[in-house]
Amino acid sequence: MQWETVIGLEIHAQLSTQSKIFSGSATTFGATPNTQASLVDLGMPGTLPVLNAEAVRMACRFGLAIDAEIAERNVFARKNYFYPDLPKGYQTSQMDHPIVGKGFLDITLEDGTVKRIGITRAHLEEDAGKSLHEDFHGMSGIDLNRAGTPLLEIVSEPDIRSAKEAVAYVRAIHALVRYLGICDGNMAEGSLRCDCNVSVRPKGQAAFGTRAEIKNVNSFRFIEKAINHEVQRQIELIEDGGQVVQETRLYDPNKDQTRSMRSKEEANDYRYFPCPDLLPVVIERSFLDELRAGLPELPPQKRERFEHQFGLSTYDASVLSASRELADYFEAVEKTCGDAKLAANWVMGELSSLLNKESLEIDQSPVSAEQLGGLILRIRDNTISGKIAKMVFEALVNGEGASADQVIEQKGLKQVTDSGAIEAMLDEVLATNAAQVEQYRASDEAKRGKMFGFFVGQAMKASKGKANPGQVNQLLKKKLEG
Amino acid sequence: MALERSEVEKIAHLARLGLDESELPRTTETLNSILGLVDRMQAVDTRGIEPLAHPLEATQRLRADAVTETDQRDAYQAIAPAVQDGLYLVPRVIE
Amino acid sequence: MNDMHQLTLAGIARALAGKQFSAEELTRDLLARIARLDPQLNSFITVTEAAAIEQAQAADARRAAGENGALLGAPIGHKDLFCTRGVLTSCASKILHNFKAPYDATVVEKLAAAGAVSLGKLNMDEFAMGSANESSHYGAVHNPWDPSRVPGGSSGGSAAAVAARLLPAATGTDTGGSIRQPAALTNLTGIKPTYGRVSRWGMIAYASSLDQAGPLARSAEDCALLLQAMAGFDAKDSTSVDVPVDDYLATLDQPLAGLRIGLPKEYFGNGLDARIGEKVLAVVEELKKLGATLKDISLPNLQHAIPAYYVIAPAEASSNLSRFDGVRFGYRCESPVNLEDLYKRSRGEGFGAEVKRRIMVGTYALSAGYYDAYYIKAQQIRRLIKNDFVAAFEQVDVILGPTTPNLAWKLGEKNADPVSAYLEDIYTITANLAGIPGLSMPAGFVDGLPVGVQLLGNYFQESRLLNVAHQYQQVTGWHQQAPAGF
Ligand SMILES: [Mg+2]
Ligand SMILES: [Zn+2]
Repeated sequence: MQWETVIGLEIHAQLSTQSKIFSGSATTFGATPNTQASLVDLGMPGTLPVLNAEAVRMACRFGLAIDAEIAERNVFARKNYFYPDLPKGYQTSQMDHPIVGKGFLDITLEDGTVKRIGITRAHLEEDAGKSLHEDFHGMSGIDLNRAGTPLLEIVSEPDIRSAKEAVAYVRAIHALVRYLGICDGNMAEGSLRCDCNVSVRPKGQAAFGTRAEIKNVNSFRFIEKAINHEVQRQIELIEDGGQVVQETRLYDPNKDQTRSMRSKEEANDYRYFPCPDLLPVVIERSFLDELRAGLPELPPQKRERFEHQFGLSTYDASVLSASRELADYFEAVEKTCGDAKLAANWVMGELSSLLNKESLEIDQSPVSAEQLGGLILRIRDNTISGKIAKMVFEALVNGEGASADQVIEQKGLKQVTDSGAIEAMLDEVLATNAAQVEQYRASDEAKRGKMFGFFVGQAMKASKGKANPGQVNQLLKKKLEG
Repeated sequence: MALERSEVEKIAHLARLGLDESELPRTTETLNSILGLVDRMQAVDTRGIEPLAHPLEATQRLRADAVTETDQRDAYQAIAPAVQDGLYLVPRVIE
Repeated sequence: MNDMHQLTLAGIARALAGKQFSAEELTRDLLARIARLDPQLNSFITVTEAAAIEQAQAADARRAAGENGALLGAPIGHKDLFCTRGVLTSCASKILHNFKAPYDATVVEKLAAAGAVSLGKLNMDEFAMGSANESSHYGAVHNPWDPSRVPGGSSGGSAAAVAARLLPAATGTDTGGSIRQPAALTNLTGIKPTYGRVSRWGMIAYASSLDQAGPLARSAEDCALLLQAMAGFDAKDSTSVDVPVDDYLATLDQPLAGLRIGLPKEYFGNGLDARIGEKVLAVVEELKKLGATLKDISLPNLQHAIPAYYVIAPAEASSNLSRFDGVRFGYRCESPVNLEDLYKRSRGEGFGAEVKRRIMVGTYALSAGYYDAYYIKAQQIRRLIKNDFVAAFEQVDVILGPTTPNLAWKLGEKNADPVSAYLEDIYTITANLAGIPGLSMPAGFVDGLPVGVQLLGNYFQESRLLNVAHQYQQVTGWHQQAPAGF
C-alpha cells in the first residue's frame, strides 16, 4: 500500500524580552537555579500577573509577518493541571481568543519549489520551569527560572507531507522569528521547541489517520529523524493489523526511536477558562499600522528580490535569504564586487563550508563581506585566478592581510598576463621536457589531448599558479603545434 | 443530575484532593445538594446573552518590558518544605 | 484615659492629635484587652504584640516630628488573608499553617505608610469560604452580641474584634458579602468598594473576579477614613482601576435632600425575617426625613444570583487554590511516596471540608462537557444581574434593603446542609457579581441581636454610600451600641 504522511507542527518560540511575560524577573538563560524566580513566578499566594507590553508587540509583529488576522481583542485563559514545574497549578495561555489568527508561510523545498503552509494560530503563553532528575536521594529538583518566560506557540495546519517539508517549515519559522528579532532561535537552549503531530493515511484517502504527538524535539536533525521514525512505526503498526493510538510520545535521539509518555497519557481535562486576573487585551489598529510600517524585509520578499534583482535561482535566493545576517552579508559582498553570481557562489561555497567547519555564525565570520568582495573584484579583473583566489581567501581567514589586495601584493600572487613573460617561461618548460615534446608531436590527436594537460600543469607549477591560465593554454598550444 | 460516587472520585482526582473512604458519602451528598442549587440556573433563558467574566469590562493594561526583580531565593526558600542546592525537592518526576 | 477602646478612629485621631494619650499607650491598652477578652471570641489568629508596639512608637515619633495623618497611630487588624511580611498569613487554613508571607499586601503597605498600627491577624472562614466563620482551622469565632451565635463570615474575626472593642477598625474582604454580612450581624459599618477600587496584590485569592477588600468599623466616618488609605490604583494588580479616589471625608456631610432611594421589591419577599424587614423600613423613614425620596424598583434576576455565584466563585477558586500543592510553601504531608501522593495528601489533609467542597464544585463546573452548561451559563446570568443594576441606577442613586435575611444564627446550626448557609448571602452576592459597591450599617436590634441595612451604589459611588450612612448615623445611635461585657 502507498502511504501518505500528514504532519502538523506546534512550535514554541521563547520571545526575547528582557523580563518575563507576567513579572519583572529576568529571562537570562543558564542562571543559577531559582535566582530568577520572583513571587509571581513562584505562584506565591496573593500575587498577580501584569502583562509585558513587549511580548504583545512581538506576537503582533509575528502575526503581521505571516499575513494573519490579529485579534482586536484577545483573551488569556488558564489551562489547569498539576505538575511540579507549573507553580500555580495552571498555565496562563490563550484558548478561544488567541492574539494571532489564521496566516501562512511559504517555504522553499530542496528542488526549488515553493509550498504554502497554513498557520492556524499563534498564541501567547508562559513557559514552565524545569525538573532536574539527577539524584537527590530519589527526588527531583525543581528550577523555576524558566517559569513565566514568554512563549509564542505557533500552530500549523496539517499541511506538511514529509519530514523534509517539516524541517523546511521549522527552518522558515526559525528564520522568520530571527528576522523579526523576537526570538533568538537557539534550539540547544530550548528557545525554539517543536511538537510534531504525525499521522499516516493510505494515499488518496481524504480522512486523516489517528495522530501521535512527539513532544519537544529540539534540533532540525532530530525533527527529521523523529518524524521519519514515527511514520515508519505507524505504517508497520497498521500493516501488522494494529492501530495507532492518539498519545504523546517522546523522541529519544540516543536510541533514535519514539516512545510513549505513559505518565502524561491519562485523560487530561485542562478546564480552560478565562483568567480572572487578566483582562482582555485590546490591540489598536493604529498600533498595528505602526508595527507594519516598521517590519523589516522578510525572507519571502527578500528571496523574490534576490531572484529578480540578481538573477539568482530560487534555491540560491532562498538559501541566501534564510537568515537576515547571511542576506546582509551577501548583499554587502555583492555591493563591493558588483557580481551577484560570484558573490553567491563564494558565500554559499567557500565561506559556508569554512563557517560550518569552524561552527561559526555568519556574524562571527573571520572574513568580512568587504574583504570577500575585494577578493572577488580581483578575480573579475583577472588579477588572480580562481585557484589563487582560494589561497588569498585562506590568507584572509588566517589574518595574513587586511585586504585581498594586500595579500596579493605581499605574496606576489598577481597573475602574470604579459604574454612575453609567459612565452619565455613556456620555452623554458618545453626545453626541460624535450622528450615529452617529442612524444607529443609524434602522437595522434586523441593522445595529444591527454598529454596537453601535463604541459599545462608544468607551466602553472613553474609560474607558481600566477600565469593567466587562458593565456597559458593558448600560447602552449601554438608552441607545441610548432 | 446527581453525581455518582465514581464521578466524585474522578473530580477529586482532577483536583488532586485525597478523600478518605469515610468522607465519600458525605462529600457526594453535599456536592449533590450544591449542584441541586446550581441547577436552578438552567431555568433561566440566556439565549443571546454575552457571558460576563469581569464586572468592569475593562481592558488589560500593559507593563513596560523591564527587569524589576532581584534574586530573593534564600528568603523565598526559607519557607519551602524541602530544598536542596537551591532547588525545590519533590518526589521523583517520571516522564 | 481608661476607655480609649471605646473611641472610634475619628475619636482616636482627635485624642492623639490632642496628646490625650500616645499611640503606644493606646496599643498597649488594646493588646491587654485582646489578651483578656479574645479567648472567649477567638477573633485573632496571630497577635503581633512586639511589632505593634514598635509601629506605635514609630507613629508617635512621626507625630512628634510634626506629622498628623488621620491614621497615624491608629490601631487596626488585618484579616488573615492579607500577606504580611514575616508574619503568619494562614487564610485560616492548615495548608498555610506555617506560611510566613515573604511580602506585604498593597493594602497592608498603604495602611502602614499612613501610620496605622497593626495589632495582628484576624480569624476568618478558611480561604474566605463561608458566612459563619465556622470553617477556620483555628476554630470558630463567637459573636460578641451572643457568644453562642456566629459573627457571620468570612471576615468574622474582623467583625468580632471591632464589635468587641478590641480594635476600632479592621480590614476585611468581600467576595459574596464577607464584609457586609458580618458587619450586619455584629452591629458594624462595613463597605465593599467597587471591584478594582482596592488593590488585590497580596490578598490571597478566593474568587478573583469577585474579591474586593474593604474596611469594617464602627461608623461610616471610620470606614471613610480607612478606605481613603486603602483605595487606589496599583500597577501590580491588572484589575485595579486607574480612576482617581474620591475624597470620602469631604462628602460625608453632604445633605441627603433629593437623594433617590430604590427599594427592590425582590428584597422584601419570601425568606426575609419580617422583623428585619420592619427595621429596614424604619431606616427608610429616617432617610425620608433627611430629604430622600423613594422609588420602588425591581431587580428581577436576584433569585438567580446564588446559583450563578456558586458556579463562578468555586470555578475560580478551584484554579486559584491549585498553587497550594506542598511544593514551594505551606503544608506538605508526611513522607509522600510519589508525586500524586504528595499532591493528594497535602491538599486532602491541608484543606478543610468546605474548601474541598468548593474546589470540587468548581472543578466539576469547568470540566469537559459541563463548561457551557455551568460556567458559561453562570456568566450569562452574571450579565443579566449587572444589567438589572445598570437599569436601576438610571432611576435611583442608591438601592436600599436588608443586608441579611436572618439574624445571627447559632453556631453549628447550619452545618448539616451547606446550602442553607449559602442562602444567607442572597442580598449581598449580587454586588460582587456586578462589581458595584455595597455598604452595611446598623439599623437596630431584634431580640438583642443586631440588624444591618444594605446600601448599594453605582460604580465608584463609595462616597455616596458613606455619605448616606454617615448622615443616618448623625441622627440615630444604633451604631454606637456596644455588646454587653465589651
Ligand atoms: Mg500545545
Ligand atoms: Zn504551549
